[in-house]
Amino acid sequence: MKRVYLDHNATTPTHPDVVRAMQPYYEEIFGNASSVHRFGREARKAVEEARKNLASLLGAKRADEIIFTSGGTESDNFAIKGVARALRDKGNHIITSSVEHLAVHNTCKFLEKNGYSVTYIPVDKYGIIDLEAFKKSITDETILVTIMYANNETGTVEPLAEITKIAKERGVYLHTDAVQAVGKIDVNVEELGVDLLSLSGHKFCGPKGVGALYVRRGTKIAPMQIGGHHERNRRAGTENVPAIVGIGKAAELAGKNMAREAARIRDLRDRLQEGIEKSIKEVRLNGHPARRLPNTCNISFEYLEGESIILNLDMEGVAVSTGSACTSGSLEPSHVLISMGVSPQTAQGSIRFSLGRVNTKEDIDYLLKILPPIIERLRKMSPLYKE
Amino acid sequence: MEREYSEKVMDHFRNPRNVGEIKDASGIGKVGNPVCGDIMNLYIKVENDVIVNAKFKTMGCGAAIATSSMVTELVKGKTVKEAQSISNRAVAEALGGLPKIKLHCSVLAEEGLKLAIKDYLKKSGKPLDDVKK
Ligand SMILES: Cc1ncc(COP(=O)(O)O)c(C=O)c1O
Ligand SMILES: [Zn+2]
Repeated sequence: MKRVYLDHNATTPTHPDVVRAMQPYYEEIFGNASSVHRFGREARKAVEEARKNLASLLGAKRADEIIFTSGGTESDNFAIKGVARALRDKGNHIITSSVEHLAVHNTCKFLEKNGYSVTYIPVDKYGIIDLEAFKKSITDETILVTIMYANNETGTVEPLAEITKIAKERGVYLHTDAVQAVGKIDVNVEELGVDLLSLSGHKFCGPKGVGALYVRRGTKIAPMQIGGHHERNRRAGTENVPAIVGIGKAAELAGKNMAREAARIRDLRDRLQEGIEKSIKEVRLNGHPARRLPNTCNISFEYLEGESIILNLDMEGVAVSTGSACTSGSLEPSHVLISMGVSPQTAQGSIRFSLGRVNTKEDIDYLLKILPPIIERLRKMSPLYKE
Repeated sequence: MEREYSEKVMDHFRNPRNVGEIKDASGIGKVGNPVCGDIMNLYIKVENDVIVNAKFKTMGCGAAIATSSMVTELVKGKTVKEAQSISNRAVAEALGGLPKIKLHCSVLAEEGLKLAIKDYLKKSGKPLDDVKK
């Protein structure tokens, strides 16, 4: 059966070059990067090489501004809790948006339960944060602003440079969850002016379970994981050398191929979106039409529930995801779409198509062929639908 | 977290039985699941106190559609009284079970059936007292 993977915002297939680069670090070059002997030195060299690759992809001035972590979730936890703890004497107020990934959202909720106060900035119908509300929310107690660069569900890209500028004027640290942005659009920490930035390997063709936190030099942050002297006392634990080599290789490939790949993927994404809008009635785009990741397209199919669409597509070999309550684990429809003012009913029928390196024009045309009859069949079954 | 549906659930999801409306239905049950937003309309046709036909329309997840399909199968040929005692668990069991987080979706089928029967009893002037809810 044909298999079409359109769920790259969930995870990406590891690039074969990445797998190849990692391989030797399991068997031949297995040393502990902290060891003094040759085995250790070889591993250390690879780790530092990877650090340079990531720093270069992000336009960071110094490689030691990169701390390796176990992924996006850890990076978000580290940034937010680490700054909250380091600046506890300065204040207890944190600002975030209402559309963050749970890694940020629930970390803020956790801090709220532990004596911090958190402001959740609303967004407009496209998912872009209200800059005026943001400006007004900063107080003398504010110690951190954490706002994502690109949204995982809709692909909407926040005006991060403007956000940072406002935070800087008030002398407040700015953290961004750039997990979905890195490898898809240009991410430059100097141009954006951010103090902390989270990224995750498996979202840009690297391995799972490895990520990084960019920490601008001089930024005060308390370590999360305590132990040995790894990562300059900021993140203890023997480095996951093969994974770090992998994320380094993925960063190198992203730097080389991103511009070309993004243009190709954007064309495919637009073909998909236009194809759906042309062949299926009563659909609605969720997210900003232009200020959006080139690979993402979130569409609501009115009168339907997302899981029923996913299961039908899955039977035809196509993988996508949904913001439907029935699949969320919390039994609530996507908080991202609800924050954008999308009705629960419409959020229920939302499908996220997210493209990547492996997709071709044939994939999109296959989807466009099988999707309309699925929607039609399900709508005929829906009590809400009137022909 | 167990997420996988049984083969039987998938069979009913793929080929739902009794989709549609009954124009001269004896009773209609319209329900929405307040938890997840699934919606179901259940139509029953009753003759001599026996449910002779049942059809449904559902907007919902795999579990909602499969349980809708199964409940229409289960009630056909049953007396109204027998049908009243069909629970969401019985529907789920008839499907070979549901993932735990999906059990709440099967409540729709039970509620839809109860409401359809209530509607039938009301329309036909019969006492409602032994309807549980
Ligand atoms: C925006 C965003 N932040 C954080 C994460 C978590 O990253 P990880 O899976 O590496 O823990 C994800 C992944 O789903 C994400 O999309
Ligand atoms: Zn459901």
